[in-house]
Amino acid sequence: MAPVATPFFFYLLAGIMLIGGILVITRKNPVHSALALIVTLLSQASIYLMLYAPFVAGVQIILYAGGIMVLFLFVIMLVSIERSMKERQLNSQWVAGIIAATALGGLFIAVYMKGTSILPDHALSVVEDNNTQEVAKLLYGQYMFAFEIASLLLLVAIIGAVVMAKKRI
Amino acid sequence: MGAIIQYVQSYLSSDKTPGAAGNMFWALVYIMLVFGGLSVAVIAMNWLERKILAHMQVRLGPMRVGPHGLLQPIADAIKLLLKEDIMPAEADGFVFWMAPLIVVLAAFTVFVVVPFGTTHAITDMNIGILFMLGVSSLSVLGIVMAGWASNSHYPLMGALRSSAQMVSYEVAMGLAVVSAILMTSLNATGTGTLSMIGIVQAQQAQHEWFIFKFFPLGLIAFFIFAVAMVAETNRAPFDLAEAESELTAGFHTEYSGFRWSLFFLAEYSAMIAVSSIAVTLWLGGWLRPFPNMLNGNPWDQIFSFVPGVTFLFFAAICFYNTVRMPKHPLFRIQTIGLAGFGAVLGLIGVILFVPAVSTRIQDIFWFSAKVAGFMYLYIWYRGTFPRYRFDQLMQMGWKVLLPLGLGVLILTASVALLQQKLWHP
Repeated sequence: MAPVATPFFFYLLAGIMLIGGILVITRKNPVHSALALIVTLLSQASIYLMLYAPFVAGVQIILYAGGIMVLFLFVIMLVSIERSMKERQLNSQWVAGIIAATALGGLFIAVYMKGTSILPDHALSVVEDNNTQEVAKLLYGQYMFAFEIASLLLLVAIIGAVVMAKKRI
Repeated sequence: MGAIIQYVQSYLSSDKTPGAAGNMFWALVYIMLVFGGLSVAVIAMNWLERKILAHMQVRLGPMRVGPHGLLQPIADAIKLLLKEDIMPAEADGFVFWMAPLIVVLAAFTVFVVVPFGTTHAITDMNIGILFMLGVSSLSVLGIVMAGWASNSHYPLMGALRSSAQMVSYEVAMGLAVVSAILMTSLNATGTGTLSMIGIVQAQQAQHEWFIFKFFPLGLIAFFIFAVAMVAETNRAPFDLAEAESELTAGFHTEYSGFRWSLFFLAEYSAMIAVSSIAVTLWLGGWLRPFPNMLNGNPWDQIFSFVPGVTFLFFAAICFYNTVRMPKHPLFRIQTIGLAGFGAVLGLIGVILFVPAVSTRIQDIFWFSAKVAGFMYLYIWYRGTFPRYRFDQLMQMGWKVLLPLGLGVLILTASVALLQQKLWHP
């Protein structure tokens, strides 16, 4: 299906994403922050869809919005909300903040100035219909080793968590 | 005007779903049909559940509102709409308000990709099954939000139980689904598919429903899914999130009236959604039974009569009960109503015999019939199984279903590889 009103949807989704991101750091209640983060992640998934990457969008929804954020909420709800409401909202670390902001701003300006030479001058012709199959071919073909290493890393993390949580197995 | 008519007609000759063909008008029509059909199914399910459970316990069930309680769901709906809407004073207003909306949205959105037939789906996505699992996993967010926002102990406990349970069983469920998706790749090109329509077409091309594929591997994967889907929808025997003897009503204790009815609607449409996943992945979706063994013209003809015969059978039951109604004058209106209902069912049955209708409607009929079978199973579970204890539930999910799922996945992959190497070199 041909794309419809692409700029409109991009700005809409990007706007929602930014608002969600700002709400994450400004809300006092951690549950509200987590919910705002979910909004951000979902609009990010929609942007993946607009970039003809449906598989990444689906994985984003399942893993982040459906899995990780549920665990986040799970933990936050067990923490006393009353105490965290009284704590200071923003932790002002001026030096670190300015360095990070300058670095990020510099990166943006550099990309903007050199944009035409860094980025390809036309969109890649990705076929939406077999996106999943292409991702699979790359993951289990060209990047097999990296993929397996990453899963090994996750396995180590899981075993570590179990060992730390349980004294006697 | 002519352009609009042409736009509407242009889809009719296409062999794709309205979403894939990009036809906005028919996509809207399909959305409305699916939404309406789903609401009617939930209403029917409400009546059937009460009636079947009652008969399992040697009771009569609803009998007062309408003949055999047929109008009971409508009376219930009106009651729920008229009820006072109460929000606890200490509740978190916005989250409390959002929670039922999220649950309902998640439960209804998944039906975008459910394939009722070759072209009878709102749209066909490249990531169909992934989309269904992902969006239905969002409903746990709504449940957690509802439990937390109520600012009360029982709902919070219910929400925590529910989210722990849903996250645990999603793992086993995912493994079972993967082993079925693996089977779709057993063709000449060696590439599988995640698209719901593609999965059914793969079963058609391989002349085998995936439940019978590599016996008993397909059957075991189906069994894992069938258990996990009951846990996913928080239904008996895994209804710990709303265990009434321990938690009053679990996460929706503080909800009343219309908001509660949204949770009810979401629960039943989520049940229909997971059943449709099971039907699509293992039971051949819209394909009729025995497409290979009993093929050819006479059998096609006979199977095309089944939808009509089914409705005529329902009509016959109605008429039989009309005759059995008490002869007292007070029951006259109810008797007439039941006869009228039977007449409507009979009329639908007769219409389904028209060849032009039956060829188009057959797919939808077989899909719905298979889903209806699962719905009956849900009621049957509720009527027969005692509720699990929470540690038993977790043990079942992590120590039984998860290893079983992993084993089935590895075995399926090995057998598929062997088959391709040995029999089709």
